[in-house]
Order: sequence, then C-alpha cells, then structure tokens
Amino acid sequence: MTLLAQAVPPGAADLARARGTHDVQGGLHLESWIYQGLDALGLEFPFEEWVLVAVTLLVVCGLVFGFINLFALFAVWLERKVSAHMQCRLGPMEVGPHGLLQTLADGIKLTVKEDIIPRVADKPLFILAPVIVFTGILIRFVPLPFGPGLVASDMDLGLFFVAAVGSVEVIGVIMAGWASNNKWSLFGTIRTATQMVSYEIPIGIAFVAVIVCAGSFSLMEIVNAQQGWFWSWFVYRNPFLTILSIIYLIASLAECKRAPFDLPEAESELVSGFHTEYAGMRFAFFFLAEYAAMYLVSAVAVVLFFGGWWSGIPAIDGIGLAPDDSALTVTVGFLMKAGIFMTKAIFFVFVQMWVRWTLPRVRLDQMMHICWKVLLPISLVCLVGSTLWELMTGGGAFFGIPTLFGFGG
Amino acid sequence: MALSRPEIHAIVKERFGDGVVEDHPEARDPYIVVKPEILEDLAFFCRDEPRLRFDLLSSITGVDYPDRKMIEVIYCLDSTPSKHWLIAKVLLPRDDPRVASVEKVWRTADWHERETFDLLGVNFEGHHNLVRILCAEDWEGHPLRKDYVMPETYRGIKNVIY
Amino acid sequence: MTVAVKDIRTEEMLLNMGPQHPSTHGVFRVVIRTDGEMVLESESHIGYLHRCFEKVAENNNYLQVVPYTDRMDYLCAMANNLGYAETVEKLAKIQVPERAQYIRVIATELNRIASHLMAFGTYGLDLGAVTPFLYAFRDREMILKIFEKLCGQRLNYSYIRVGGVTFDITDEILADAQRFCDYFDPVIIDEYDRLLSYNGIFISRTANVGVLPVDLAISYGVTGPSLRGSGLKRDLRKDEPYSIYNRFEFDVPVGTGEMGQLGDCWDRYMVRIREMRQSVRIIRQALKDIPPGDFCEKKAFRGVKPPKGEVYHKIEGARGEVGFYLVSDGSVKPYRLKARGPSFCNISVLDALTSRGDCMVADMVAIIGSLDIVMGEVDR
Repeated sequence: MTLLAQAVPPGAADLARARGTHDVQGGLHLESWIYQGLDALGLEFPFEEWVLVAVTLLVVCGLVFGFINLFALFAVWLERKVSAHMQCRLGPMEVGPHGLLQTLADGIKLTVKEDIIPRVADKPLFILAPVIVFTGILIRFVPLPFGPGLVASDMDLGLFFVAAVGSVEVIGVIMAGWASNNKWSLFGTIRTATQMVSYEIPIGIAFVAVIVCAGSFSLMEIVNAQQGWFWSWFVYRNPFLTILSIIYLIASLAECKRAPFDLPEAESELVSGFHTEYAGMRFAFFFLAEYAAMYLVSAVAVVLFFGGWWSGIPAIDGIGLAPDDSALTVTVGFLMKAGIFMTKAIFFVFVQMWVRWTLPRVRLDQMMHICWKVLLPISLVCLVGSTLWELMTGGGAFFGIPTLFGFGG
Repeated sequence: MALSRPEIHAIVKERFGDGVVEDHPEARDPYIVVKPEILEDLAFFCRDEPRLRFDLLSSITGVDYPDRKMIEVIYCLDSTPSKHWLIAKVLLPRDDPRVASVEKVWRTADWHERETFDLLGVNFEGHHNLVRILCAEDWEGHPLRKDYVMPETYRGIKNVIY
Repeated sequence: MTVAVKDIRTEEMLLNMGPQHPSTHGVFRVVIRTDGEMVLESESHIGYLHRCFEKVAENNNYLQVVPYTDRMDYLCAMANNLGYAETVEKLAKIQVPERAQYIRVIATELNRIASHLMAFGTYGLDLGAVTPFLYAFRDREMILKIFEKLCGQRLNYSYIRVGGVTFDITDEILADAQRFCDYFDPVIIDEYDRLLSYNGIFISRTANVGVLPVDLAISYGVTGPSLRGSGLKRDLRKDEPYSIYNRFEFDVPVGTGEMGQLGDCWDRYMVRIREMRQSVRIIRQALKDIPPGDFCEKKAFRGVKPPKGEVYHKIEGARGEVGFYLVSDGSVKPYRLKARGPSFCNISVLDALTSRGDCMVADMVAIIGSLDIVMGEVDR
C-alpha cells in the first residue's frame, strides 16, 4: 500500500499537515508489518516484491469482503428486528438467542437452493449481472476508513473514486432486468436506471461542498478536518452544509433503492422488480449488495458530515494520541475510535430502516420531481452559499462567525 | 320523491300501453312483465322520465323455466335521487332467447348481460362484446339451465364430480 | 435538427397483470397496453374464482345454502349471511325476534369494521407502507377473537341464519365488544390518520388519482364506499332501511374532495376510515339497548319452506349493495337464487378509469386498492 501512496503527488497531505490537524497514518501498512514480523523471526521474504503486493491485496480484499458479509448478516437481522418491533411483533426468535443466527440459516438455505436460470433468459448477462452489482459496491469500500488508519487504501482522490465507481452498479442492474427477459423486470430496470442516475447529482454536489471545506478528496483527511469539539463537524460548519447533509441522506436512500424510493423493487407492483427471476445464491448477491450499499452510504455520511471517528469531546478523542502513551492506551484509543465510527454508521443504517418501514412508496414521476425540481436546485444554492460562507469566514467553530470578527481562525 | 310500486307501474303502463303484458302489484315483490320489443325504449324511459329517474341498474338476472319453455330475464332498477324501485321482466322463448341490450342506457349492463349470456344463453342484441365472462371462453353449454349436463372433459382434463 | 416529441417513436407494451399478482386482491387479470409508464387502455378478465354458487344453491335446501353465502365476500361474511337471511324471511314472512335483530346488527357492524381494517391495511401495503397493515391486523384480531367466542369461526361465520342467529350472545361477549369500542375509537383511528391518511407521500399517491365522477359511478352500478367517495350520500341503511337500522343514529360519510378532486382514491379511502367510526357508534347504541329474549325463531330454524313467489332484497355490505334475487317454487330448495355482489360492478369501472389516458401503472394499483374488491363476490 505504501508503494501506491508514494506514486500519488502529495498535495492534500501537505495541506493537512500545514493546518496542524494531520494524523500521520496513511493506510494499512500490511507489507511493513509482514517485513517486520519476518525480521523478528530472522527470516527473509522468499519471493519478489510484487508477490507481496499481490498477497496483501488479496488479504485486504478478503477482509473487506468478510466485513461486508458479516455486516450484511447483522444488518438483515437488525432490519427484521427493527421492523418487527415497530409493527408490534417480535421478529425471528427461534434460531439462536433472539434470532441472531437466523440470517446464517437463511444464507445456508440460499446457498443450497437450486440454481434456476429461465430458459428464455440471456444466460451470460444473467450470470454476470449480480457479479457486476456486487463488485461495484465492493470496490467503493476501498477508500472508506473504518477507524483511524484502518483503510484499505487511503487514496488521495477517495471521495471522487466512491462517487465515480457508483455508476457501475447501474449497469449491473440494467443487465439483470434485461437478461431476465420478463416485462415486469424490465419495468423495474428502467425505473432503477433513471432513479440511480438522477440521484447521483445531488450526492455529487454535496460531496463537492464538503471537499471545499475540507480541502481534500481523501476521506481520512476529511475526517481529520473535523477533529475537535463536536461543533467542528461539517454538519454544523455552516447552515448550508446542514441542509446539504439532509439532502445527502435523502438522496442516498434513493441510491440504495430503499423506501420511500424502492420503486425498482416495488414488491406490490412488480413482484420483485429487476431481481424477480433470480433465485438462490444469485439473489443473495443482490441482497448482500443492498446491505453493503446501505452501510457504505451511512459510513460516507458519517465521514463527510458527522465527524467520522471523533466523538466530539477532545478529552475522549485524546486517548491514545499523546506521544508518551503506552501501547495499551494507544490500542484502547484506537478501538474506541473504531467503535465510535461503527456506532455512528449503524445509527444511520437504523435511520434508513426506520424510514423504510414508516413511509409509503413514491411514484416514478414524483421521484423524478423530487430529484430534479426540489433536491437539485436546493443543493446548487447550498453549494454556492457554502462556498461563499467558507470564503468569508474561513471555517471554524460557531458557524465560523467569530472569525468574521477576528476571533479564532 | 319516492313513488309506490303501483304508481310506478301505472306510469309505465300509461306510456307503453299494451307493451306491458302483466302487472302484479299484489305479489310479495311487485313486478311488471313487458314485451321484449319495447325493452330498449322502456330502459330509456325509466332512466330519463323525471318522475321515475331509475339511474342505477341493480342487477340483470335470468331464470330458466323448462316446463313453460320460457327464459325470464329480470331487470331490477333503483333510483338514487327518488329512492324507489322497479322490477321488470321479459319472457323469452327458451330455444332462441334474444332481447335488445341496454348497455347504452346503463353501462353496468355490459357485464351483467355477459353473465346472463354466459350462464343462461340469452342473446343480447346490440351488445358490443358478448363473450363469456365467468366461465372459460371456450366452455360449452350454459350452466344455469335446468337441463345442463356438465361435459366429461374440458380440453382433455377430466371433470370430476364429487 | 430539432425533433418534435410526437416524432419520437416509442413502443407500446402489452402487459399482463396476471391472475397471480401481489396487489390485485385476489385472482383478477388485467391486460394493460402501456406506453412507458402511462396506461393507454386496460381490459379486465374475471371468472378465475367462479365457484357456481348459484347452481349450488339450486341443489341445496335453504339452510345448506348459508355457508356458501359466507364464502362470497369472505371478508364481510356476516353481511352476506344477513342479506340472504333477510331475503328468505321477506319471502316467507318470518318475524325475527328483537334480540336476534340487535345481535345481527352488532355482528354485522363489527364485521364491517374488520373488513374496512383489512381494506385500510392492504391499501397501505399496496402503496409500500407495510407498518399500517400490521397495526390494522392487530386490531382486526380483537374482532376475530370476539367472533370466535360468538360462533366458533374467525372468517366464514354462517352465524346469521333464516329466523335469527345460531348462538346467543353472552354478557362476556357484550363486555368484549364494549371494550373494543372504547379501545378503537378515537385512539386507534387517530393513530391511523397520523400514520397513513395525512402522510404526504400517501396523499401524493392517492389524491387526484382515479377520479370517479358520480354519474359515471352510478351508470356502472358502483355502490358502497366507492360511490360515497364521489360525493353521493347513498347508504341502504338510511335510504331503504332494513333490519332495525332506522332505530340507530349515525352519519353517512361522503367524499368531499378535501385533498384533491372529488371522487379520487383518497376520498374513497377516507370514507372507509370515517365509516369505521360510525360503525362503532352504532355498536355502542346497540349494546346499550339490546333486550333479553329469544335469539332465533325456532320453527324457522328447523327448516323453511317459503311459499311460491319471488323477491329481491338488498342490504348495505362493507363494499356496497349486496342483493339477492330469490325465486321459490314452494319446495325446500330455492328454484333460483341470484346473488349480486357489489364488487362485480365496482371492478367493472376500472377499465373506464384507466382508459382516460392519465393513469400510470403505479396508479392502477392505487385505484384497484381504493375500490376494495373481493374476488369471491365478483365471481361467486
């Protein structure tokens, strides 16, 4: 990973260092750990450099994939429990204590199901579609931090990468609907394509506003720019960003195809939309992809607007950061920050589930109206306003207003 | 203004004279029997006459009388503004029951006539799409007739009678 | 080069909203011709649930026909039973004891509430709001428990028979019904209003959608809440009173065009919600005034042989006017029994509503849900 980081011009890192809020970690230094470990044992790495790079790539990929699966396991259970308790019932209670192993059982069932491909379906596309959807989401996890320094690759263009690769899923969904050779699936596909492509724009504008404030595309830098008391989180930085955070949360619901924007898979109209014809493990891929996407957009929301792993109270944040701390304190601090990040992300996942089980579904033309006639103009105005605000106040606490009068800075 | 049944029968008889074949105000549910030829005019009259205003056609029923060699088609009319009823019947010969369709008068007659055609075999002339509605489109026979015998098989599937 | 919108060639699609579909409320098939999401025209096909009720009725005696009437509109079975029983009683001139009349009213109104709860829940479900469905079923469960105590059945009661009712209503059941009324109105109905009725997304999905003008509705024979949603105050309990409904004080809610145009889906939906309140009012009055006495006319219960004659009787079921035309030839079996199900006429208006050119595929689901049909009484 360090090799890749050095290949990119160190522009953003310099800026952050100059502001004094720079955290010296650049990524998962798996290679240096392996070398150190081998040195400690007195051994030499037997193969060439590139083999090590390949191995570390595979390991990191596996870790991310494993995280997604575990999270999906947990999220499906959470969704069923949340929906059940909101609907005056209990949800899964049989398999495992309070149904915790239910998703595992469902996963095993899906794996051993017969793999049905309709005779009239377009076979190569049918098989490829869930792979593309899942891969598109998997790749977006690369620049996403899970804690301070816990990131697959701290790309300098991380946020840009997340936004750009998101479009790959759209291709996968279109392929799924088309290959199914089913008019109702086609309906779902057309709705999906319009929806996902439209809502990427307000999301992109929200991203740009945050980048202006943080000065960097790198997700780690953006989080580090929110260090300090909780009012330095970007959601409180200026009122335009507050509005943009709400717009981002709404648009991300549409990106994940969650209610009230779940037209593509509107159960009562299209049976299952574009994944009607999928069964067994292929369906499980779509399912996993959906929950992975939910986590992704929640985590990005936390990173961009809600302070990442900073708790907002410097006393707690400082644990493990002082230069003379013991290894134990550093570890505790690190774990605490990772836990804070995970808690915030899961909170937003819970909010997504909460909204899904409360609101009905919007119609296609209403959804387009919301995107193009409501969210887009507001987000453009907020972008301009936020940028002007930053120019005038230079950022900082209390909406940056004290700096207007010469305080802080 | 709700009129009583004998008054309604009198208004219809006044308009159609001997088109009204029978008048039974004493029956448990009073009704009139009219000639099939005047049915369409009767329908328009019932709907448009200001004293009657029968705008709601409750149902069209058919009854099979093999011993009298007749099929009766019964029209149950209702009036939402005036809140009075009328039951009018036509008697049709059993071997060729045909009568004018009233779907231009009340749109609901469309499906009711299709049902009567389906189950009893009455032909409604002037109906734009007289096909079976409850039974399958290629079903043979009219089930509600008294001499109906269910076919042994339908498209090769054996019909089971428990 | 500019291209006019009309020059862009788009293809029309012929879609089959098949007999099996999550939101067609039963086995009902609509063939839709669409241009993208806009519906150009639709054609309904019914008959998938035809069970030859009328032929069966000719081969069974008057008591044996009662369970078949349950299964016509299986969500409001008491109303069907009541309609059939009153038809036979009208022809045979049977007097039903007072207590039986009150019990009939309580049972029918409770069933009306249960049926409207089902309509409310499934309507939310069709439009994507899953939670109100569960809340409606939680409350419907209370009514079904009362019915189970009353007659042993939860759905197809066969409770109201010619001459009276099958079992007497005990004080425990009366107390249960009172408790249900106190629990339901106003607390729970207000909860439904807050959750679904005045929800912005729900309103945007149902207001101005499927506008049914009154004259079109009457011409298509639409009755019940679907007709009242278009503004016409027609309720057989008030206009042509049967049983003892003229002793009770209640309002007839109609659509007012509050959220959109008069006669849209929201109006029809709201009429049902408001009717639930009125049903609770009727039940409270009936519970107060129920007299002691017989619960059935014992001679009629053992078997009825109406004199030769014909009669047409109709009552207000949960979905509209339930009518029975009975031809008797003096024997123990009906010569001809025709059942007029309200949903048969209500669903026929769908083709007219969708062929106007302002309906989208998603709106079709909203319209079918607002008409609240049960295929059992469409096909019989």
